[in-house]
Amino acid sequence: MRLRLTDQPLDLQAVVASVAGPDAGAVDVFIGTVRNHAKGRRVLRLEYEAYEAMVLEQFGLFAEEAQRRWPGARVAVHHRLGACQAGEPTVIVAACHAHRAEAFDACRLVVERLKADAPIWKREVYEDGSVWVGQGS
Amino acid sequence: MVRGMRIRVLFFAALRERAGVSDLELELSEDATVGDALAALSRRFPDLGVPGPGVRCAVEREFSDASRPLVEGQELALIPPVSGG
Repeated sequence: MRLRLTDQPLDLQAVVASVAGPDAGAVDVFIGTVRNHAKGRRVLRLEYEAYEAMVLEQFGLFAEEAQRRWPGARVAVHHRLGACQAGEPTVIVAACHAHRAEAFDACRLVVERLKADAPIWKREVYEDGSVWVGQGS
Repeated sequence: MVRGMRIRVLFFAALRERAGVSDLELELSEDATVGDALAALSRRFPDLGVPGPGVRCAVEREFSDASRPLVEGQELALIPPVSGG
């Protein structure tokens, strides 16, 4: 499965396998992980929430855009929901192409689109409270 | 008599917590737009901060601006600033 939201730990090999193939010369992988600090505060974990049906449609649009720009590219996106501990992967994007430049570019495009337009939200949990990132409360 | 329509509104993250619900049904006039729905929501939830900076709307899972006309039974989601990844 190339596009996925899950409350279970992400499986890097499954993501790569979903795009890899004998026509590929390169698979580029981005892994986003939980950083244990933010603005000087210690972060214990992140808690993710998503508008799931729209997220999956958006992931599909991002992948189609990459395929239009770099014909032959295949893209997979797996993103976590629920609680993720410091150091844990929260998103894996893999892009496969016959050539490495296109694989790098397709992966970067999908990561940037996801950050800007996927309806996913994270709450940073500290020792003494929590906050929705970017929402002021 | 003015005919009405009902739509479903979805709230997420900080907006869900401020509204105190994750979804509700909203009654609007038949010719209502996304902007009209936001105005009705801000009357019902004065502290919601909608319309507000960075809050986008999606109709049937598609980003939409305030001028988009709504249709009976549609799903309107309020999308606060996203932070995936």
